[in-house]
Amino acid sequence: MQGLSLNTRAAIMSVLLLVGGLLVWELSIPAQQTVGELTEYERLTGGGEARAGVPPPSQVIVKAWEELSNPFYDAGPNDKGIGIQIGYSIYRVLTGYALAALIAIPLGFLIGMSPVAYRALNPFIQVLRPISPLAWMPLALFIIQDSEASAIFVIFICSIWPMLLNTAFGVAGVRSDWVNVAKTHELGPLKTAFTVILPAAAPTIVTGMRISIGIAWLVIVAAEMLVGGTGIGYYVWNEWNNLDLTSVIFSILMIGVVGMLLDTMFGLLQRRVAYVE
Amino acid sequence: MKPFLSIEKLTQRFPDGKGGELTVFEDATFGVEKGEFVVILGHSGCGKSTIMNILAGLADPTGGGVIMDGQEVKGPSLDRGVVFQNYSLLPWLSTLKNVTFGVAARHPEWSKAQVTEHAVKYLGMVGLEGDVIHRKPSQLSGGMRQRVSIARAFANHPKLLLLDEPFGALDALTRGTIQDELLKIWGGTEQTVFMITHDIDEAILLADRILLMTNGPFARVAESVEITIPRPRSRTEIVEHPNYYAIRNHLVQFLGRRSKEMAGSRTGTDTNRPEPMRIDRTAPADEPESRRPPLRAVND
Ligand SMILES: Nc1ncnc2c1ncn2[C@@H]1O[C@H](COP(=O)(O)OP(=O)(O)OP(=O)(O)O)[C@@H](O)[C@H]1O
Ligand SMILES: [Mg+2]
Repeated sequence: MQGLSLNTRAAIMSVLLLVGGLLVWELSIPAQQTVGELTEYERLTGGGEARAGVPPPSQVIVKAWEELSNPFYDAGPNDKGIGIQIGYSIYRVLTGYALAALIAIPLGFLIGMSPVAYRALNPFIQVLRPISPLAWMPLALFIIQDSEASAIFVIFICSIWPMLLNTAFGVAGVRSDWVNVAKTHELGPLKTAFTVILPAAAPTIVTGMRISIGIAWLVIVAAEMLVGGTGIGYYVWNEWNNLDLTSVIFSILMIGVVGMLLDTMFGLLQRRVAYVE
Repeated sequence: MKPFLSIEKLTQRFPDGKGGELTVFEDATFGVEKGEFVVILGHSGCGKSTIMNILAGLADPTGGGVIMDGQEVKGPSLDRGVVFQNYSLLPWLSTLKNVTFGVAARHPEWSKAQVTEHAVKYLGMVGLEGDVIHRKPSQLSGGMRQRVSIARAFANHPKLLLLDEPFGALDALTRGTIQDELLKIWGGTEQTVFMITHDIDEAILLADRILLMTNGPFARVAESVEITIPRPRSRTEIVEHPNYYAIRNHLVQFLGRRSKEMAGSRTGTDTNRPEPMRIDRTAPADEPESRRPPLRAVND
């Protein structure tokens, strides 16, 4: 162990933890099923019928293999491949998120540049920000009258705040020296915004974007459970109603993986725009 | 006839944070000729940077104004290049891009290749060549960053170059090299330089004229000392010039004692002009006194 690099040692440890965890899980399942012999009463009331139990990991892996080998099949409204369900979720997240970015970043610029705008808008932001995005759902469904658009709206409203606040914060914090460089080179306001303020504030802005995408992915699952129809959130709920816990566990894992991928993308972007003073 | 740069009755007051006012300087009046290298010396906090910011057009004075080349200074301009005290390079751009940033602003009609070529030429002048110019400022030494900043300002051929303690953060050796480079570049141009420094030897080496400021508040540009040492000057040779120590002692005297004695009160007059001062030990004794600017005794 001594000679191995830190990364290798960490990787070995991760694998060991995974294998160990799965093993404990696998071994604990039969034990659970034999817990308590069926009583007379249960036998009489049909309690002995096949009950939904927590599946062992082996079953989940088999399920994952099945689903992932054909992710895009479509066999009617209640039976779509995991790829299609995730695709719907990502589409909703990205649409709502893009709309939020389109508004939050320019507005954040304005707020960051102008103390008046900051003070004028701050009370609204402070009241609207802590509202759970799902609380908007009934209102959205009533006004928009469309479940698809309502889900996108909920994503929009939850991802706008971190981006707005971080953009404003980043823009307000741009060193006045750099702005003075732009001024002494007679750059116009638009040119200054794009060539000096945007790159200077980019690390803070992208951090806000990264937080937003994380929140959006958390919220989409809940939103889709509510609006139904399609999406990974609906899928989880549907499989729960079918008492198919194997599918539930599998989709939970997929939610985690996709969330991680989205976060990694923004992590890379963050590294691209980072600079050392 | 007005000088190239004319500072007229410049007054700057700031709120002092206790409801009152702090007058940094009042009715400061002086001129700078075209092509002249003027250095301003004064204690910390006397208002040098404040004057510089007004000259750059980055700050508005409370009263008075600045006229350059017959035009009033209103806001920043590419005709006034600034080397800021802390370099002010844009850290997300490479060294080269920091200079092309300025060149492209000055010559929007140039092609990309032209802009790059011009920038590379000026980086070369300050001794930055090869791989270095593709590094980020954070990967450069303090002295290199300073040179990038100087290259950026010089590449734009501003009519007036404003330098705010440009070598403040450098060690003595690097400082010497960059001073020489600055003189070399300036020597080949018609540029006017206005520079702030704390360093007396640096001031004597570089300046045609040194403006001396008294302490604030109500600071005054009290004296204008001509540096009567011929150019080209080199660090090692100027110390042997008969005028060197005479001038140096005068400056030390001023900063050490008189800047305090003269400080702190209104002068009553409505234009505070610096008193011209010429110290020349080499002047032939028979030269008629009247042809020389007013001369004052120097304590040795
Ligand atoms: N924006 C401001 N608001 C209030 N007071 C200010 C402001 N800017 C400068 N001052 C005051 O004006 C005075 C002169 O400041 P300035 O920065 O010009 O000094 P300086 O001569 O450049 O000093 P140093 O050599 O330390 O750089 C100081 O007393 C400072 O406190
Ligand atoms: Mg200063």
